[in-house]
Amino acid sequence: MPGLGTSLGRGAATSFQEDLQNSDCILFMGSNMAEAHPVGFRFPMKARERGAELIHVDPHFTRTSAMCQQYVPIRAGSDIAFLGGLINYVLKNERWFPEYVKAFTNATTIITEDYKDAEDLDGIFSGFDPEKKSYDQKGPSWNYEGEGRMHKTETPPEIKVESFSQRLSALENPVPPSDPELKHPRCVMNILRRHYARYTPEMVAITCGCTAEDFLRVAEKLCANSGRDRTTAIVYALGWTQHSTGVQMIRAAGILQLLLGNIGRPGGGIMAMRGHASIQGSTDVPTLYDLLPGYIPQPAAMRDHGSLEDFLKQEEVRHGYWANMPKFMVSLLKAWYGAAGTKENDWGYGWLPRLDGNYSQLPTFIRMAEGKVKGLFLFGQNPAAGGPNAKLHREGMRQLDWLVVRDWFEIESACYWYKGPEGIDPKTIPTEIFFMPAASSPEKDGTLTNTQRLLQWHDKAVDPQEDCRSDLWFLFDLGKRLKRLYAGSELLRDQGLLNLTWNYDYDTPPMLPDGRASRLPDEPDAEKVLEEINGYTVADHRPVSGFSELKDDGSTACGCWIYSGVYPREGYNRARERKRSPDNYTSPNWGFAWPRNRRMMYNRASADPEGRPWSERKKYIWWDEATRRWAGVDEPDFEPDKAPSYRPPEGSKGMASISGDSPFIMKPDGKGWLYAPAGTKDGPLPTHYEPVESPVANPLYRQRENPTVELYDCPMNAKSEPMDPDYPVVATTFRLTEHYLSGPMSRFDSWLNELQPAMFIELSPELAEERGIEHGGWMVAWNKRAAIEARAMVTRRVRPLHVEGRTVHQVAIPFHWGFAGETVGDMANDLTSIVADPNVSMHEAKAFVVNVRPGRVEEHRDAPLPAAPWPEYRVAPSVPRSAQPEGQEE
Amino acid sequence: MSTDAFTMEMLDVWKRPEPPAQQVETGFFTDTTLCIGCKACEVACKQWNQLPGDGFHWTGNSYDNTVSLSATTWRHVAFVEQFPLDGGGNSHAPRWLMMSDVCKHCVQAPCQEACPTGSLIYNEFGNVYVQQDICNGCAYCVVACPFGVLDRNREDGKAHKCTLCYDRQKDGMTPACAKSCPTESIQFGPIEVLRERARKRVEELHGRGETDAYLYGAEASGEYSALNAFFLLKDRPDVYNLPEAPRRPVARMRSNYLSSFAAAVGLAVISAFCFAKGDK
Repeated sequence: MPGLGTSLGRGAATSFQEDLQNSDCILFMGSNMAEAHPVGFRFPMKARERGAELIHVDPHFTRTSAMCQQYVPIRAGSDIAFLGGLINYVLKNERWFPEYVKAFTNATTIITEDYKDAEDLDGIFSGFDPEKKSYDQKGPSWNYEGEGRMHKTETPPEIKVESFSQRLSALENPVPPSDPELKHPRCVMNILRRHYARYTPEMVAITCGCTAEDFLRVAEKLCANSGRDRTTAIVYALGWTQHSTGVQMIRAAGILQLLLGNIGRPGGGIMAMRGHASIQGSTDVPTLYDLLPGYIPQPAAMRDHGSLEDFLKQEEVRHGYWANMPKFMVSLLKAWYGAAGTKENDWGYGWLPRLDGNYSQLPTFIRMAEGKVKGLFLFGQNPAAGGPNAKLHREGMRQLDWLVVRDWFEIESACYWYKGPEGIDPKTIPTEIFFMPAASSPEKDGTLTNTQRLLQWHDKAVDPQEDCRSDLWFLFDLGKRLKRLYAGSELLRDQGLLNLTWNYDYDTPPMLPDGRASRLPDEPDAEKVLEEINGYTVADHRPVSGFSELKDDGSTACGCWIYSGVYPREGYNRARERKRSPDNYTSPNWGFAWPRNRRMMYNRASADPEGRPWSERKKYIWWDEATRRWAGVDEPDFEPDKAPSYRPPEGSKGMASISGDSPFIMKPDGKGWLYAPAGTKDGPLPTHYEPVESPVANPLYRQRENPTVELYDCPMNAKSEPMDPDYPVVATTFRLTEHYLSGPMSRFDSWLNELQPAMFIELSPELAEERGIEHGGWMVAWNKRAAIEARAMVTRRVRPLHVEGRTVHQVAIPFHWGFAGETVGDMANDLTSIVADPNVSMHEAKAFVVNVRPGRVEEHRDAPLPAAPWPEYRVAPSVPRSAQPEGQEE
Repeated sequence: MSTDAFTMEMLDVWKRPEPPAQQVETGFFTDTTLCIGCKACEVACKQWNQLPGDGFHWTGNSYDNTVSLSATTWRHVAFVEQFPLDGGGNSHAPRWLMMSDVCKHCVQAPCQEACPTGSLIYNEFGNVYVQQDICNGCAYCVVACPFGVLDRNREDGKAHKCTLCYDRQKDGMTPACAKSCPTESIQFGPIEVLRERARKRVEELHGRGETDAYLYGAEASGEYSALNAFFLLKDRPDVYNLPEAPRRPVARMRSNYLSSFAAAVGLAVISAFCFAKGDK
């Protein structure tokens, strides 16, 4: 999540859900928290009961809106215009928090005179190469004053920027030139003022389709509830990330929260509500192609990453916590290659595969559709119904030689070869498909890392039924078999596999909680994996207590440095802890939050530059002069004994170069970045661009869409031209509480299916009347990629908006249905396209265009199947009626 | 088996076991201002009580697809969309009301009064409970309940409804719906505590300017008793599909008997008169 990483240092929610109860105001935008995260929503409800203002800004009125005091409808994809308007309001009316902003952000920093803003170039920034459709990443044009050209090799567009070091870049000078008076025309504050001056309330109204009055009410509430004594939180989710400008939307929220002084303070922060149960975990210990565990970049062939020394030189960050990266990298290699990794062979660095292209999901499936991918493993993934442009995903999977699907049920991705809207003859599909039953979470040990970076261990309660096995067992066993298969190979390319440490077998036969022996003794010991992730000393295999113990001399091993401390000593698994703390709402002994059990990140900012709480009401951590340590309700996200008055001596490196009043310790200058001199590929300041498919021109700039957007033009991924009159309706996808994702877990459960049994589309009475669509009847939504049918939910919860002087209609489409399961329906994701944000390859499912009409899809190849029938009980002959099976009516 | 023991066992049929000791009366307070419509209560109820799904029928009635309480749906969340048209005379802002409905566990329950077999009882927690082994499926309770709670199951022909998780309560556990409610919209506890808390809650809401909040069923009104599962509502009861003034059949029994007696007497007099006339 570089939106947060670029602004603040780490790509994760800054706070924790329990802390939302302390907010005085919560802005939900790009999040439908009450529906998508109903359990966590208890904390906003608590805040509301304590008098907080809840505001929901969203294209359609949801159960979240129903819980908020104010709801503002906006056009899908216009979020940066709204947020830019808020930033402008804060700056113009001088409502920002001067002490916080001057001390903790880069507002005073002076930017190079080579920099040209979107103001000057009508929507693009300096350094843009129209040929490559990208900005010059190396050049000085966005830099701090006095920084030269970066001495590093360029990050090509194929590599995304999730890793810390690429995000942070390297500043030569930890104390860049600044103007504390904020008079310099090129200081960040004045650049910000100029950049956002055109985001007036009127412009917000024209672009977003809300009224200026509604917008101003929101702005006033946010300002009134921020400052020394009050805090505002912002909650977002996939409604922000799934845009071609998603990273910049999150950046805009970062700027707003920094200006209002809400980061690192109780009741403040930016809560990123993540979309899956352990998706935070799967970026920390990544399933991403361009990252190693703990946000260390994957070595790339296109960069000067030849030897470990080259790699460390390229990825070096001299100032701030990231200066410790060599320790984390060497410990990681040591965890993976054990004794085979020596100083002489760079700890096995040469065995790591090198990146030579973009292997994220979208381009991989496009390559698959071109027949260039041979095989695919799917673990709890359902691209056939849930992938953007699912039709293209299905086409890709039909070209595979082999496919392994591990899931609970025969999901769309396992049955696409004989079911599905295309109606393709199974004989024409060459793919060999292995469908393997998976164990569910109570049937296996392991952790989930939730949206607030909290690791919670779950114990296996029972053995999985029949042939169901855990994914961990599958991978462990596959690894064992591959190692046997390649045993004895002398080829260099096989050495990485052969030398991989792979010793997770139980020492003693595993037992179930009821004292019986498990019938599956060959399942691996998940706790051993956690121990390796935590890290240990190589000599005596003793767990390390935290990442500060890691070394770059090969004496320590650690599978993921940010998780270090989760298993601080033998037999003590902190993720398993469930101790309540009645006196401390941060519950420090409930699970383990990375890093080092800090529940709120950047919490040094909860005290003023001198280390005193900003106010009694918003006390969190503070400098205790008596003990010369930071004290408070949470672990300080700071060196525990660094005094506020500390100033770095000349020429210092690493943490020594972070002064005692700089809370953003991952940043080389220790400051929150209002302006991002590096780390984003589409501009140092968030700028409103229209979604790739949109029925209006950009009201703010001549540059219409994100100039660096990745379009993936191919026959199955056709897109509408801007303002295409054939597709005038804006569409957005959304979630319901009753279902989960594309339904692979929920649409096989009758208790959930009866609550939301059919695919529908929400539209306004005005649009319904215009098109002759009847409430409850069938309707079709189509665009250049597909046509889907659904029941029409005509409701005032969706409203026509007035954008650029005309009426724009919106429809809201839940994406929970597919062609497998107890209830079936057309897939919203057949309509979405593959276009990607340049920073993270995230698609744009939250804003695209369609047209709508009443009726059904003609010659729908695979009409939705009827609901699964109840089991039929046949009357058993010559058996008395009283002994017939249950359910026999007559 | 000795003859004595056999005789004792036979006699035991007439021996009544000691009823369980009376416990503190319990109930539900459902605060609709806190309901986020997640339906966790519906699912938790079905899961704990192992009730089947009722089939898949999309109604188009907002997000309510289970429609009503039934023999197999003991919690039901109602959704009411109130979006006044622009310029309409409606007093409140657009809102979406959600309310988790359940058996009211009336202090004087018409179903219990109507039950001819003694199947319907008040258990030791003061909750209205259907004893499945005694119910004969006559369905008198179904017509007696003014809330439409009781329903006869097509599978076994007997009456079923919320048990207030009698089995969980006996083990000192919270009923499944209240346990699963993420926002404490459904609160379970001793009924006196709940009633006090609810009164304070209404005062608090009034103090905040939400003057439309009121309690439904917290006290007896008209011919109807108080409810041990009562509600905090924001609009008229019929908006949530609750009767404004629930009726208790027994309350009309005396007058109904009297009028039928009077009618019988009247008819007897008339016929006697007619016969007497005809004799002549």
